[in-house]
Amino acid sequence: MELEGRWQDLDKLLARDGNLVGPGFEPGPELREFLQTDCRVLCIGAGGLGCEILKDLALSGFVNVDVIDMDTIDVSNLNRQFLFRMSDVGKPKAVVAAERVNARVAGARVTPHYCRIEDLPPSFYSEFTIIILGLDSLEARRWMNSMACSLLEYEDDGSPDMSTIKPLVDGGTEGFKGHARVIIPGVTPCFECTLWLFPPQTKFPLCTLAETPRSAAHCIEYAHLILWSQQRAGEEFDADCEEHMKWVFERATERARQYGIPGVTYQLTQGVVKNIIPAIASTNAIISAACVLEALKAVTMCSSGLNNYLMYTGSQGIYTHTVAYEKDESCPVCSAGVLLQAPADATLQQVIDLMLAHPTLGRLMAHPSVSHGATPLYMRGVLEDGTRANLGRPMAELLRGEGVEAAALLTVNDKKLSAPLRVRLRRRRRRRRRAAELDGRAGCRGAHACMCMRAPRFV
Amino acid sequence: MSSPGDDSRSKRYDRQIRIWGAEGQSRLEAARVLLLNCGPTGSETLKNLVLGGIAAFTVVDAARVSARDLGNNFFVAPESLGEPRAKVVTALLKEMNECVAGSYVETPPEALVEADPGFVDRFDLVVATQMTEPHLLHLESLCRSKGVKLLAVRSYGLAGYMRASMPEHTVIESKPDTQVDDLRLTRPWPALREFAASFNIEALDDGAHKHVPYVVLIQQALESWRRERGGAPPSTAAERAEFKRRLAGMRRVGPEGVPMEEENVDEALKAAFHAWTQPSIPPEVRRVLEDERASPAAADAHTPGDDFWLLAAALRAFVANEGGGCLPLEGSIPDMHATTDLYLRLQRVYRAEAEAHAAAVEAHAARMLAAAGRPGGGVAAGAARHFCRNARNLRVVRYRTLAEEVAPESARGEALAEALGEEGTAANASLYVLLRAADRFHSTHGSFPGVLEGEVEADMAALKGLAQQVVAEVGASGAAAADDYACEMCRLGAAELHVVAAVMGGMAAQEAIKLITRQFVPFGGTLIYNAITSTTSVLDL
Ligand SMILES: [Zn+2]
Repeated sequence: MELEGRWQDLDKLLARDGNLVGPGFEPGPELREFLQTDCRVLCIGAGGLGCEILKDLALSGFVNVDVIDMDTIDVSNLNRQFLFRMSDVGKPKAVVAAERVNARVAGARVTPHYCRIEDLPPSFYSEFTIIILGLDSLEARRWMNSMACSLLEYEDDGSPDMSTIKPLVDGGTEGFKGHARVIIPGVTPCFECTLWLFPPQTKFPLCTLAETPRSAAHCIEYAHLILWSQQRAGEEFDADCEEHMKWVFERATERARQYGIPGVTYQLTQGVVKNIIPAIASTNAIISAACVLEALKAVTMCSSGLNNYLMYTGSQGIYTHTVAYEKDESCPVCSAGVLLQAPADATLQQVIDLMLAHPTLGRLMAHPSVSHGATPLYMRGVLEDGTRANLGRPMAELLRGEGVEAAALLTVNDKKLSAPLRVRLRRRRRRRRRAAELDGRAGCRGAHACMCMRAPRFV
Repeated sequence: MSSPGDDSRSKRYDRQIRIWGAEGQSRLEAARVLLLNCGPTGSETLKNLVLGGIAAFTVVDAARVSARDLGNNFFVAPESLGEPRAKVVTALLKEMNECVAGSYVETPPEALVEADPGFVDRFDLVVATQMTEPHLLHLESLCRSKGVKLLAVRSYGLAGYMRASMPEHTVIESKPDTQVDDLRLTRPWPALREFAASFNIEALDDGAHKHVPYVVLIQQALESWRRERGGAPPSTAAERAEFKRRLAGMRRVGPEGVPMEEENVDEALKAAFHAWTQPSIPPEVRRVLEDERASPAAADAHTPGDDFWLLAAALRAFVANEGGGCLPLEGSIPDMHATTDLYLRLQRVYRAEAEAHAAAVEAHAARMLAAAGRPGGGVAAGAARHFCRNARNLRVVRYRTLAEEVAPESARGEALAEALGEEGTAANASLYVLLRAADRFHSTHGSFPGVLEGEVEADMAALKGLAQQVVAEVGASGAAAADDYACEMCRLGAAELHVVAAVMGGMAAQEAIKLITRQFVPFGGTLIYNAITSTTSVLDL
């Protein structure tokens, strides 16, 4: 039995009409009923953002919430992950977080999944009305993004089929700063459309570390990247192992002493080695609440929604900025299909090579499998023997029935992808394309070639 | 050595100590905070501060846990229905962090302030949530008279309001996100000139050549440029382009005429602007230096532990004398391609000059104290150096009183009219006016507009009238609050939505942390959060 008046604040928003509401808003008690019954929300992450998101969802009328997190609780989480206590250290975050929210908020049904996002099938993800991301890794964001986008289907006229849209709301913080964004696949830009928003992490050149260290961080990275593999060869470095971290710290201290460089501390060693992002409760609270508010708007239309990116900065006064980023019409993940041009006489192998050389497709795949509709053309794994012969055959022959100029829709999969990509192949009678100048990564320049050639994994 | 207790503390707070350092953390761990009203806005604010590890808090609230609390506040539990809200919230907040002391008073904040004005004395900061204008005015005058900082926070439907009140807040470590390096190449001092001149760049072998720090490359190029051009640095676009060509010309060419990869030359080209960009004093710092408190009279008012204005006065004297119009050198240099030895030597050249500047500033401060007849009360050890290292980051934020903001004779009507008229701020300025109108509505009706079903339309007409009154009273002639927002205000009927409260509680905690740690820059003015458009505006009224 729901207590009379419990949801009086929320009900004003959901049951009363207004002038600044979303398209098709239909106020009434059905909206809260929907939140409490059919609506299912997935929260990715039960960390700094996740704890807040779960609380905000439960107190915004959402009932059926699932949460995925593969991590266990650490002491350093306690300054912001308010659902956890000292006695919880070592336990799975998702399980404890779900337990706490269910215990505190009557009616809440948070279901934990103590696993990796990759462990769950597409059929699991397709069950949710909306997905909220509280992550700190770009790779996990890209994986979830491609999963949500793969559930999107397009109509024949190239417009997205609205019933297949799986909205994503994403939050992120660093110190006093953060962002919240809404991704409606096929309508607003996805992660892949705006990948440039995440600048690549800067790495120190190896020759600086080896030959001319100038800062405490250089000494630490020398111990971590070079000395470790020399002196403890065969042993995998584990940043969560205190003995390993202390070893790096001691070697870094020794090197700094030799060179007369000040400033190596254990705290800095951890920060450099683990690439620790500073985090505080208040910023997580702001960003998570902004995300849940947008989720509430997206599923009920109770107020006009964020279009489509909010940036928050609290270090110098309080400053927010909203930007409507633009979709990349040729995005390999959310568009109706990336256009790939190939010569009319190209073989399947040549088409695969073109994919790998393509500036956006190439970075998403390493060993692609290709099919056309339900027909496998070339498949990795058990079907490889049966399809390998196709590699040398011309596409024209493999795609019988489609004219030379027609764009054939290929489905491409790869171990690196969470879900298949759509590639629209257009074959043209043209001179052979130049070999693509493909060097997307800004690696070391010539000056470092020596060191980097020897240890390519650090580039 | 540190005790095990310190160790677990430093682990627990590791992710925030990386932001505000041990110094900021110890200030936080000494802070006592008073919270007035513990609905979701207040509870969420305090939650973020308790997690951060403040010393103690006290909650003042008269309500009992109701069904409504169970729908919008995480710090009440179903089994506590009917119990004093202050007690329940205090217990659930304390449970999160055993290092924090918490207590509560079960009484209406307005009544407590009236009955025991000395109560606020025990706190460093008062966070007043969900209080209407008349009560805030009273509380503000009390806090001002007691020298306690006040932060007023409010969540109202899809709007949020926040305002701080105290005479002034000074900051040494404002920690701006980005800052141009201060290399002083336009005004080299003898030791830097000597260091740069000690390189015979032409004679170096290729390996040594590509490890000459770019500061030396630019400095040498600039010296020879000056010799040729009668002392002036490159100034026109053509001259600058020519100067860059000279820098590019320093790159070695390999045996087959191929230019060599030399990162120090690449860096020099990127940093070429240092050859003609004079060190400048940021406008915020100029305001500090020109402030009337930054005068030798600051020595009279100097109290140990608060050196800001005395050091500002000393800094001003430095700029006018030794500094030749410039701030002291910070003394740090960015990483650059160089051998370890050359880099560390260059670093020492900069650091020694910075030390000399800091000593000069300290001497000015000592002179001022002596002149004021207080020769013994010097500044704290290292304070001058810390101040000089942050010379470009100094900030002072002054707050008008809320009383000045609302009184017709001192209200900034023009600023409000402008905010209401401008596209970027119109909606949020409307929310500001409507919030004040809603408080007037509350004063006469005893409830907020739109609270009662069936009265929404009638309330809206009344609210619009009151909004017009607010606008006219402060002299914002010709302006008006947007009708759509008046409609939204009545639709939401003073609802305290959890998500809006969580956003406001987060922002309020950030502000409290900035005020307590004396790092970063708190906002001045009135902040309006608009949850409909996901925007904020800071109005200077
Ligand atoms: Zn996309």
